[in-house]
Amino acid sequence: MITWQSVPETKRFIETEGAAEAVHRCFERIKQNDFNSFITLNIEDALSVAEHASGGRLCGVPIAIKDNISTHGIQTTCASKILTGYIPPYNATVIERLEREGAVIIGKTNMDEFAMGTSTETSYYGAVENPWNGRCVPGGSSGGSAAALAGGEVPLALGSDTGGSVRCPASFCGVVGLKPTYGAVSRYGLISYANSLEQIGPMATTVADAALLFNVVAGYDKRDSTSVKKQFDTTEPLDMKGMKIGVPGEYFGEGMNSVVEKAVWNAVYSFEDLGAEYKEVSMPHTKYSLAAYYIIAMSEASSNLARFDGLRYGHHAEEGDCHTSFSKTRAEGFGDEVKRRILLGSYALSAGYHDKYYLKALKVRTLVKKDFESAFKTYDMLLAPTMPYPAFKLGEKIKDPLSLYLADVNTVPINLAGVPAVSVPCGFENKLPVGLQLIGDFFDEKTILQAAHKFENSTDFHNRRPGGE
Amino acid sequence: MAYENKDQVKIGLEIHIQLNKLNTKMFCGCRTDYQSDEPNTHTCPICLGLPGALPVVNKKAVECAIKVGLALNCKISEYTQFYRKNYYYPDLPKGFQITQYDYPIAHDGSIIIEGEDGERCVRINRAHMEEDPGRLVHEGSIEHSKYTLVDYNRSGVALLEVVTEPDLQSPKEARRFLDKLRNIIEYLDVSDVNLEGAVRVDANISIMGGQRSETKNISSHKASEKALLYEIVRQKNVLRRGKTVVQETRHFDEAREITVSLRTKEEAHDYRYFPEPDLVPFRIADLAPMIKETLPELPDAQRERFIAQYGIQEEHAKTLTAELKLATFFEEVLFKGADVMLASTWIADLLKGELNYRGKTIDSFSKTDLLEILSLLEKNKITEKSGIEIVRTLLDTQNQSVSRIVKGKGLLRIEGDEVTEMVKQAVEGNKDAVADYKNGKNEALNFIVGAVMKKTRGRADPKKVRELIIQQLHTTQAGINS
Repeated sequence: MITWQSVPETKRFIETEGAAEAVHRCFERIKQNDFNSFITLNIEDALSVAEHASGGRLCGVPIAIKDNISTHGIQTTCASKILTGYIPPYNATVIERLEREGAVIIGKTNMDEFAMGTSTETSYYGAVENPWNGRCVPGGSSGGSAAALAGGEVPLALGSDTGGSVRCPASFCGVVGLKPTYGAVSRYGLISYANSLEQIGPMATTVADAALLFNVVAGYDKRDSTSVKKQFDTTEPLDMKGMKIGVPGEYFGEGMNSVVEKAVWNAVYSFEDLGAEYKEVSMPHTKYSLAAYYIIAMSEASSNLARFDGLRYGHHAEEGDCHTSFSKTRAEGFGDEVKRRILLGSYALSAGYHDKYYLKALKVRTLVKKDFESAFKTYDMLLAPTMPYPAFKLGEKIKDPLSLYLADVNTVPINLAGVPAVSVPCGFENKLPVGLQLIGDFFDEKTILQAAHKFENSTDFHNRRPGGE
Repeated sequence: MAYENKDQVKIGLEIHIQLNKLNTKMFCGCRTDYQSDEPNTHTCPICLGLPGALPVVNKKAVECAIKVGLALNCKISEYTQFYRKNYYYPDLPKGFQITQYDYPIAHDGSIIIEGEDGERCVRINRAHMEEDPGRLVHEGSIEHSKYTLVDYNRSGVALLEVVTEPDLQSPKEARRFLDKLRNIIEYLDVSDVNLEGAVRVDANISIMGGQRSETKNISSHKASEKALLYEIVRQKNVLRRGKTVVQETRHFDEAREITVSLRTKEEAHDYRYFPEPDLVPFRIADLAPMIKETLPELPDAQRERFIAQYGIQEEHAKTLTAELKLATFFEEVLFKGADVMLASTWIADLLKGELNYRGKTIDSFSKTDLLEILSLLEKNKITEKSGIEIVRTLLDTQNQSVSRIVKGKGLLRIEGDEVTEMVKQAVEGNKDAVADYKNGKNEALNFIVGAVMKKTRGRADPKKVRELIIQQLHTTQAGINS
């Protein structure tokens, strides 16, 4: 059993026992849990970095990195066979920023292959267990990062969120996960799935830790042309009195679990108790979000994944001329879900269908964004369920891709619009965590993080641990 | 005579120009001076397309493109945007090429060339930017090589693609257009067009209003003319056999000087263009006026100025401004005090001719040498013929100097008593000719002049020699009479 989990607790442990001991405990815990939350462990390097840790806001603090973020010298696979053995010769910008603050990289976490999934079951390296119930999925695609946090393996983790991939597993595993505003965190080094939608997001067991991690990794990077010149200060306390909250009715649609619905409404009332006012609001284009999201994401993916031809790195199938070899490499290297998305995306971009699908999806995207812009003219924050239900069983939905896609109904509109959203625990259903989604205006991470922090302080969901610890 | 264009030839060109004068590539910081370096030494995660690496636009490259756009009288777009062109090839490390589609840097321009029949205005459809792919290298020939090597040093170098409307009416006009474009590019100093692969042309051609063929892989201006001439013959033969020309992409085989079919319209690639999500659209409208201020004097303007300012012949002005280095050479020689007419004739006609004959450029001739030659000519110390001999000797041998050649070959003009003496000898030595002349045969005089010129090895002034001979003959006559 471990006695520390939050960053302040970890720092206290490090003060008395040393950073190397903290790192050592992480590896012990990972081994003991055996959730399959990691693809690659960085044991030797992490211990040596911990021994020399000196200074920084995350001095000696262990962190887990999703396996689609490039780490110099550490294998980075995107949970795909096609990148097996690929060791990046450079660091993602977020990794540089973490190292500058003294963080210790424990390893690379398991995920859906190329972040395409909602359950972490499409990984070439096998599924991940949900620490709350080993027969359930941890959510996805950042399932390894969420499970590592919930299982007490690490106090901090990075995920990436293209259509809910940070918030979904945070919700399913009862931890905190932030999808920052598009452009807030550099994507340099994040292996692209759908560039125009995704952000690297901090994950932690408390809102304060997620905010701290966000402050470390966020900020302009000249190597990412879509990053924005903004300063983020999420630490300044926020007065909840008179805060205007919108609750979009469209986020409580068909297929919603009633316990989840109740938990979210209870959360709304908690905010009312804290002095906020709420009103129901309509976001009329929400219903088109899923279709638009999948067309855009798959179209971009079909192009982004074209580089994996086996010629320069990763899996390579030797056969015939270059085109035959490319085909065989890709046939062997990609899993079914990845192939499905490449095919659908290629189709949506092809001549004759481009206008009908891709351009149409872009138009819908603009409308969805407008829904948010108009809502934020009146409201400071929107509240909604992160996922329509708690974690489902391993194997339950994987054979039915469409039902898996539908699970993203409440997370994808946020990516289409580009606004920030954080998921925090707000209840339990059948001993499985339920997530509340706080959605903010562009670059207003501060409001949702401070509000989430207040909510966390007034509830005790975040204190509960899997197995009743 | 009016040009008929009886085959209704329509040619449109797509010209790829490597912006190799930039220090760095289009989307990363790798240096572009890879030409003499080991393969794959000018690479980084970005131009190798490693997972997670993102492109960042080279601002200088955009400025160069705007420069060219302005020089081609184009409109500069308010916003410009990059797109992805998706296709698989080993030289393309990302599986797509970053290029432009809608919103190119520049559009709707035109330049005027010397056409078959007076001036021809060639409309420019657009000028857009893209990245160069890597380079495939084969052991021996492409057919016999057992493997292909890939060099990514070129990958990501900035290219500018200029697309014309099908306004050209003959292969010769196509070549003239290319010469003119190359000339402008040279003046703008955005590309060293002489480097291998710096300019690549795709040529679209149709005849008799039929379908067009697109010929790729044309690497020189001469080759473009050859490829187009071949295409006209080929398409005419197709029509003669009662068939129709199909729209297709063809490849120019430079060695065999023919074009071969690559793929038909049905087999055309679907490039699935879509906006590059990693690069946001950006405003360039504000850059254009500032860049316009910095545009250098372009060839057409310079030609007009040479005629107006120096009063030189139009043909000479044309030749001089067809090459920036030649024009600069000319003006520098003038600045050092050379005579304008002498300098323009000698550089544009004589020197240029000798250089062309040897496949050399003006770089291989020193200004000081020319100045010395011009000064000798001006002072009448050497004849034009000797001047040419000096030029040739300087071009063909090493470590020479004008004075040494003049001395060594004894090229200084022969004057005064020396010439008079030779004339005397010639008159005495050609009694028959003298007799003929006296009998009224004027041609006989030419014979004697020729004899003197031969003896002086061309170093005397033939006019003067003629005068002296007549004088001499009259003196002799007077002597006989007395």
